[in-house]
Amino acid sequence: MTAKRTGIAKRGGLVALATAVSLGMSTMAFAADKHVAITQIVEHPALDAVRNGVKDVLAEAGYVEGKGLKWSYESAQGNTATAAQIAKKFVGDAPDVIVAIATPSAQTVVASTKTIPVVFSAITDPIGAKLVGNMAHPGKNVTGFTDLSPIAAHMALVKRVVPTAKRLGVISNPGEANSVSLVTLIESEAPKAGMSVVLAAATKSGEVLAAARSLVGKVDAIYIPTDNTVISAFEAVVKVGNEAGIPVLAGDTDSVKRGAVAAEGFNYYDIGRQTGQMVVKILKGANPGDMAVEGNAKTDLYLNMKSAKAQGVTLSDALIGEAKEVIR
Amino acid sequence: MSQIAFLGAIEVGLLFALVALGVFLSFRVLQFPDLTVDGSFPLGAAVCASLIVAGYDPYFASLAAALAGGVAGMVTAWLNVRLKILHLLASILTMIALYSINLRIMGRPNIALLGETTVFSPLENLDTPTFIALPIALFVLVVLVKLALDWFLNSEVGLAMRATGVNPRMARAQGIHTNRYILGGMALSNALVALAGALFAQSQGAADVTLGVGVIVVGLAAVIGGEAVMSTATVFRATLACIIGSILYRLAVAGALNADMLGLKAQDLNLITAVLVTLAMVLPGVRMPFRAKRRGGQTS
Repeated sequence: MTAKRTGIAKRGGLVALATAVSLGMSTMAFAADKHVAITQIVEHPALDAVRNGVKDVLAEAGYVEGKGLKWSYESAQGNTATAAQIAKKFVGDAPDVIVAIATPSAQTVVASTKTIPVVFSAITDPIGAKLVGNMAHPGKNVTGFTDLSPIAAHMALVKRVVPTAKRLGVISNPGEANSVSLVTLIESEAPKAGMSVVLAAATKSGEVLAAARSLVGKVDAIYIPTDNTVISAFEAVVKVGNEAGIPVLAGDTDSVKRGAVAAEGFNYYDIGRQTGQMVVKILKGANPGDMAVEGNAKTDLYLNMKSAKAQGVTLSDALIGEAKEVIR
Repeated sequence: MSQIAFLGAIEVGLLFALVALGVFLSFRVLQFPDLTVDGSFPLGAAVCASLIVAGYDPYFASLAAALAGGVAGMVTAWLNVRLKILHLLASILTMIALYSINLRIMGRPNIALLGETTVFSPLENLDTPTFIALPIALFVLVVLVKLALDWFLNSEVGLAMRATGVNPRMARAQGIHTNRYILGGMALSNALVALAGALFAQSQGAADVTLGVGVIVVGLAAVIGGEAVMSTATVFRATLACIIGSILYRLAVAGALNADMLGLKAQDLNLITAVLVTLAMVLPGVRMPFRAKRRGGQTS
């Protein structure tokens, strides 16, 4: 009897000890640290830039990985089923904020939690994606940053770079939700700037070259919106532009370094930085439901003189004066 | 691994068990390597989501999705048996055609279902949290589908279908219209896959044209993985192996997501899948219909 009782007592003591140890460990690991989990549908230069922007702003605000910040990052490699499992993993880990980059990742996260704060980024149409019902006052646990391009300004820039342009070629992937929103906008804004739109579709980056070639002879300028597929094969468009003497303009400034003649856009790193500021506010106690979905990323004018020569346009001194960066 | 991540893996595993059962029908029963599933999975999602946002009943939408998948499977089978196009190529043709068709059906690349009434909506009002109730509901559904499939494969029609796959010449000699059974079997297979797509869209909040990426590999990994861990001597066990294989695959994914100490990440998953499938195929004692030509009967 006594032996049995001590056995139980010992076991009870062990359990208590184990519980104490595990509790102690979990408080050590998590009590002081803020936990930010970031899910991204695919590795891609623009989306990676968003993620780096978020991370840098967090670091500047004092949330450094390993020192006060637990940072989890997963990419779904373009597979939505994996994105769904990443969402479940993050919801189970219960971080302070989940950052979701691009539409499918954001939708799976929003479907998985109604309580954990979610900040989405690089989403062109958050209402259409049903991430929020109201841009000014989302109301629930979700807010974020939209990367909707200022298309009217971009159309005006096309006219300033190529004043004679009457027909504008646009290459996009009809399978990308973001691009479809942009193309709809372009089709309504381009006529206001006196241009008709000629569309070319590329459903994979391997089709971009053929899509660009299909525009030769039909257009006076080519505009590439912030389309993940086309941007990943941007050099193919530049090659066609250089060969056929068609000026190529882009919706994002990174593409100017890769050979676009001009772009008045945001770069995705800045979008990441502005998204990061929203994350910091939530870490400091703000309620995502009260935070308006932000947009209007600051834009800069980038010009590329080499491409201007190759693609047969003369950039005016006024434009060069306004440019933040001129690549020679 | 947290409870939510674990149950999430079961949930996605059960959804893809329907894909695995479909792939089992085409690859194993009919011996028809069918890549249509990469298109019929998002097709199911597209049809279902389009109908739901148009105001149709989600049950009707899911059924319509399964029917659409069945038609896609029949197109592949028809290209093969009537136009004599190699089965693999026929299925690739249907798969790439479905990308455009799915975009046409949805009218845009992504239809969100967040906040819409779906077949899973009743689960949200239960006392049990959704992350527990959803896998239970799916479990019941998948078991019912499995039992129905078992019954079918043991019925006269099902036996004729199995004979068509094992030895078409002998089946024809017995008076079986093999072409008809290939058409029917492929329809059934892709109907299951499209139903999985419809349920996936409803539980994950959106239908997207990119949903189909790699579905066939995951389905195949589930079938082969299931065969590697258990005997598949009877129809009952073979279909059970598909379900178990699918859940194991998703648990492996969840494990990779949670195995921080091993340095594994979700992005390594495609490689891990390829290694797992290769291992399962070369390990001794595993049936290897892909490595070598079979010598006829079911027993080896």
